Amino acid sequence: MNDKRKKYIFTSPLWIGIYILLALVLLALLSMNHLARLILPYAIAYTIPLLVTALGGLYSERSGVTNLGLEGLMLVGYFASALTIRFTEQSSYALALPLGLLVGVIAGAIFSMLHAFASINLKADQVISGTAINMLASAITVYLARTIAGSGNVRIMLGIIRKDIPVLSKIPGIGTLFFTQTYWSTWVALIVWGASWFLLYKTSFGLRLRACGEHPSAVASAGVNVYKMRYFGVGMSGALAGLGGGIILITYSGEFNGTVAGLGFLSIAALIFGQWKPLGILGATFFFGTATTIANVSQVIPQLGIIPPVIFKVFPYVVTLLALVAFSKRSAAPKAIGEPF
Amino acid sequence: MKVRIKSNAFLIAVSAVILGLIAGGLLMLAIGSNPFTGFYYLFRGGLMSMERIGNTIATAITLMLVGLSVAFAFKTGLFNIGASGQMLVGGLCATLVAHYVFLPRPLYLVVIITAAFLGGAAWGIIPGFLKAKFNVHEVVATIMMNWIAYWSVYYFVPIYLKAPSLETESRSIAISQTLRSPWLSKIFGGGYINVGIFVAIAAVFILKFILDKTTLGFELKAVGSNRFCAEYAGIKVNRNVIISMMIAGGLAGLAGMTYYTGYSRNIQIGVLPQMGFDGIAVALLGASNPIGVLFSAFFFGILQSGKGFMNAMTEIPPEIADTIIATIIYFTATSVLFKRFWDAVGRRSKAKALQNQEQADGEGVSHE
Repeated sequence: MNDKRKKYIFTSPLWIGIYILLALVLLALLSMNHLARLILPYAIAYTIPLLVTALGGLYSERSGVTNLGLEGLMLVGYFASALTIRFTEQSSYALALPLGLLVGVIAGAIFSMLHAFASINLKADQVISGTAINMLASAITVYLARTIAGSGNVRIMLGIIRKDIPVLSKIPGIGTLFFTQTYWSTWVALIVWGASWFLLYKTSFGLRLRACGEHPSAVASAGVNVYKMRYFGVGMSGALAGLGGGIILITYSGEFNGTVAGLGFLSIAALIFGQWKPLGILGATFFFGTATTIANVSQVIPQLGIIPPVIFKVFPYVVTLLALVAFSKRSAAPKAIGEPF
Repeated sequence: MKVRIKSNAFLIAVSAVILGLIAGGLLMLAIGSNPFTGFYYLFRGGLMSMERIGNTIATAITLMLVGLSVAFAFKTGLFNIGASGQMLVGGLCATLVAHYVFLPRPLYLVVIITAAFLGGAAWGIIPGFLKAKFNVHEVVATIMMNWIAYWSVYYFVPIYLKAPSLETESRSIAISQTLRSPWLSKIFGGGYINVGIFVAIAAVFILKFILDKTTLGFELKAVGSNRFCAEYAGIKVNRNVIISMMIAGGLAGLAGMTYYTGYSRNIQIGVLPQMGFDGIAVALLGASNPIGVLFSAFFFGILQSGKGFMNAMTEIPPEIADTIIATIIYFTATSVLFKRFWDAVGRRSKAKALQNQEQADGEGVSHE
């Protein structure tokens, strides 16, 4: 038990240190060319869907259920939001976007129940069930889009208007980088992140949930219903992945096009690279989001053209593999992950 | 995350297929179409003429090789979810050969098959190595490898194999350099049918032979059924894990070859081939048995190649086929449902027999 504690104490600051260092290096590199102001808004926009989705994964995997279906759950939220906004944007201009996100969240949560039922009640193979969720989501959303909206693509007119944060945007340096021209969904996501950290690490409910992923039988003998806890974990993963999908739609995409292009899997990579910890996930998603953004804009910005964009795109997956190797002896993965109870 | 393969796999597979088809039918009903007409056109689209049968076979070839890849890894207790990435890399290698290597036909086929196998094997061996040496879970590793392949191809193709007009795909291969062959096309009246069929069928029997008749196959299966027991018996577990992933990767690479240089003639970028995941369904439905895979690949081939015709004849979107496949995978994963059901059926008949016996015994006791 002592050993285990030591491991956690020494693992987490190390990772936080690594992230801060990497982020600083990245920012420093960028600001040298005054590129930071150009890239950062995009990097943040790209990070946020990854962040909420990876947080969803955190709930599920901490409760002991592997969720490889995040990609599909994101897609369900993406689709449900698009459809809702498409049909409400003309009648209720102000409400359409929040309503769209809400429906995305609910749709994601409902769809995730398929995975929960399979992996909790039926003790199914969670990897296969997650894969089925992905395939089902990508088929059924396009199927419904073609039937309801008439084509596989669902375009919306509205998008979030970027706003400056009143006081904070006046801070020199940071203010212009982080608090001008922001999406409100970004702040929603950060609040969700903070609340999740509090719920999982500062409440007895969170302790129980995490314990379900480590020693479910111990939790059960303490009188906690492991099934309910795991249902909650998987449900949250569906809700948050749905939120992630909705945010993609209303920030930078503006159209449901039948795929989230691997962002769900990138979130899983971030969850692993962040070693199943909220702060780690925040760092990892920002890191991955920035790398992806650099790859996307490198063709237009000559200073970045020196490095082939493929390096930045492949980078998140390679570092995740390296992190898995580096931490193979003392991985922070929940111990009972993937095991039916 | 252990992969369990049930003994009464056939019964479960059939139940999953039936439920998958029912789910598909319900979905057709939900949009106001007649499921019977839908299925009629779906199957007719896959089977109504020689050319369509040829196309169904061409689809089945790729599915068969991917299914074998997944099934072979299953046998060693590994889940190869990275067949898509291996397909892309194998397909890319084959495409490069098709563009730049000009040899007499038999020699050319040997070269392209070798290149595709090696490409896929290289992509499979990395997760195998990581699993063996560092105990990195192969599911996560193969997913990462999928996306590394996706982005590598995404940037490789426009630079080195750019099509004259389109940015999103590689330039087409000359027909004579593809796997299609004049005499096969003649039999089936054109279409996508290609010599990959012989590769796939040969692979089925080679794998059957390896698994059933060789020491390697025995060792692989031993590792799959109980890693620790195998280790105790002196089998080199790590080596077998690497070999299994290498062969699985190679098979998926061959699938990529049949898809990108047989069925199609170029590589589209920004698409992770869906067949890499359909292969999981093929393997599960075939109960990870090479012969089972052979048949289940044909079944899924019909669904995939008939969906276009169905869409043309009815209001039903072609994604119904993918929905059915995904539902079948879901129901196979939850096979415990059917197992309980069939067990309950079995138990009831057994219980009846037991009851009868008890009655007889009871009478015996009272007589004493």
